[in-house]
Amino acid sequence: MTDSKRFFDLGKSGLTRRTALKGLAAGAGLMAAPGFVRYSQAQSSAPIKIGFQAHRTGIGAAYGRWYEKTTNAAVKLINDAGGINGRPVEIIVEDDGTDPKRGAEVVGKFASQHKTDIVFGTLFSHVVVGSAPTAGELKIPYYVVSEGYHVASGKLNRWVFQPGITDVRSQVTSVAPWVAANLGKKVTMIYPDYAFGYDHRDYFAPAIKAQGGEVVAQIPIPPTESSFTKYLPQIPADTEVLYHVMVGPGVLTFVKELGEFYGSNKPQLFGFIDSLEAVDINSPGLEFLDGSHFWEGSPRYAQANDSEAMKAYRAAVGIDDNGASTTDAKDVSTAAHMFGCWETLYVIKKAMEDSGYKGPEDRAKLVEATEALTEFKDGPEHPQGDKTFNGKIHQVFGHQNISKVEGGKLNVVHRTSIEDGMYEPEGDYTTQPL
Amino acid sequence: MAFFPHLLLATLEGLVTSAVLALTALGLSLVFGVMRIVNVAHGEFFMLGAVLAWAITTAVSGHPALGFAAALVLSPLIVGAIAWVSERLVLRRVEYNPEATIVATIGLLYIIQQLALTFYGPEARPVAPPFNVRIQLPWFGYSGYKLSIIAASALLLLATWLVLTRTRIGLIMRATQYDRETAQAFGIPVGRVYGAVFALGAMLAAIAAVLIVPIQQAHYLMGLDPLLLSFIVVIIGGLGSLRGTVIAALLIGVSDGIISMFFSPTLAKIIATLVVAMVLVFRPQGLFGTATK
Repeated sequence: MTDSKRFFDLGKSGLTRRTALKGLAAGAGLMAAPGFVRYSQAQSSAPIKIGFQAHRTGIGAAYGRWYEKTTNAAVKLINDAGGINGRPVEIIVEDDGTDPKRGAEVVGKFASQHKTDIVFGTLFSHVVVGSAPTAGELKIPYYVVSEGYHVASGKLNRWVFQPGITDVRSQVTSVAPWVAANLGKKVTMIYPDYAFGYDHRDYFAPAIKAQGGEVVAQIPIPPTESSFTKYLPQIPADTEVLYHVMVGPGVLTFVKELGEFYGSNKPQLFGFIDSLEAVDINSPGLEFLDGSHFWEGSPRYAQANDSEAMKAYRAAVGIDDNGASTTDAKDVSTAAHMFGCWETLYVIKKAMEDSGYKGPEDRAKLVEATEALTEFKDGPEHPQGDKTFNGKIHQVFGHQNISKVEGGKLNVVHRTSIEDGMYEPEGDYTTQPL
Repeated sequence: MAFFPHLLLATLEGLVTSAVLALTALGLSLVFGVMRIVNVAHGEFFMLGAVLAWAITTAVSGHPALGFAAALVLSPLIVGAIAWVSERLVLRRVEYNPEATIVATIGLLYIIQQLALTFYGPEARPVAPPFNVRIQLPWFGYSGYKLSIIAASALLLLATWLVLTRTRIGLIMRATQYDRETAQAFGIPVGRVYGAVFALGAMLAAIAAVLIVPIQQAHYLMGLDPLLLSFIVVIIGGLGSLRGTVIAALLIGVSDGIISMFFSPTLAKIIATLVVAMVLVFRPQGLFGTATK
């Protein structure tokens, strides 16, 4: 008993006030040790780390390369202007091979190994769908530039955002009235046989029906297909408009075979530029597209009425008036989509500033701050045009361009309003716990 | 579209597929027949042929036919040289051990593919066909160039057959295939024959690729499909049998064209794979192959 009493009795034990002070000092010293110094600095000047899930290899590599160029250009501007919350932005790139399984691994790697603040930049819809659950589990904000409807559908999770590019449902809804009024009402659709194609299939048909038109045939094509002539007999003879959206290296073949099949006696063509991103519109075999129309997110060719912001954006990314690299005229960009990287980075910047983001512990605050955003104004940060953001479905809405192939160029002939692309939201992420 | 024109289109498409497939598969079959190794990198030699065809046609100015002719000659030669070097540097070092060569050629596959990505890039690039003739049939139009592929392939197959059966080189190859050790005992430089056969196999794939590239574009991932189809053809036809390879290529190509047009492309692939399984079960040496000694 006496022993234990002595043990707790400070006054009578060997523990004097001086020793206690020494202990305190040692503790303070520990606090000031290198580990802690770095931590306190992380909140002031260490870079904000953005994990860029890039399609460097695999089927999306042509897109991935331009997504990377656009991202680097935007980050340079952001850093030159003082970074985010006074901290520089650092992009850490990991290749996902345009593969959903690897995509999920890459998200995990960003969260646990690179310890990035957020993950950003994915394009291909199957990679987004494959990676989103991991982002949700690890509670790391995941900003995609993918245009698939999966984010807005409410089927992913609260950590996934698409604030820089519109989704396919919105795109097809907004172009349908123009197609029905200017090209024809009997439409045959040709689309890739996976998620991205299904978005087109599921949402264009009702949209054209609302305009008094109809889809007379739907022809899905497996994504690995390299020859298309065998599908062409399925196109009904009374087709007025051939609606085509294809992705991957087979696109040129598709157009060429279409040309051989139809000759000059062809239906009207309406396509999504996704088919021909990174492909020179004047490639041999593409003459058949002359006079046809395309959807473009952001116009590939410089237009007469381009804003100053658009000109500055094109110069910063390094594309010329034909949408090709300023250093190599044969290196055609993915201009219709890549602006989304630029605009998404500025949305991230805004959300981080609004939430006073300091580090990974503030990720939930960042999600809420992003959800609170409503409008993006036309300007240097959003060169493609003004947009509205729906925080409940984590999706942005904006203008779409319809361009005509004339004289070896794409000229914008119609620009939709934001309202044209609106639809009834099907989900609400904000009800999910963080 | 009525039944007959539909069938005609399906058959034409099938014949084009068969023509290219026969050349590619023949290369694979030859390498297996003579060297008894499975070349998993075969599809990448096909891809290299297409990529080089793009590079050569881009470098040659003037009429597209000039560039195409240059590509048809140079591209297989370059691919053959690359194959020869890799045979000397890699396959010979692993002493043609069956398991080791599979792993080694898988490695080659990735090396070639990633080098193509690095130096050629991820884009699909078109090559202008040597001539642009559209044949207008009463029901639909068809590419004259595609028809010429069928003819060119038939000529090349005939030439290969002549080389194998009527020349001294062919005799040496067949002797090596028949019995390697005896051939060596009779003074045949088996090592050099192996190098030449491996190069020849790759060259056949490269020629097929040059023929197809004006209608299919060069892309760094384009080698996978021909590799799988070649394996299917070679298994059905019998490894090392020229006649079996050609007949199996026709069978697979035309049935693929017809089934995928009247039913679905997926069904065509299912049936082809099923045929492979059936052949493996009931006639493991292939339809025209001879049982291995």
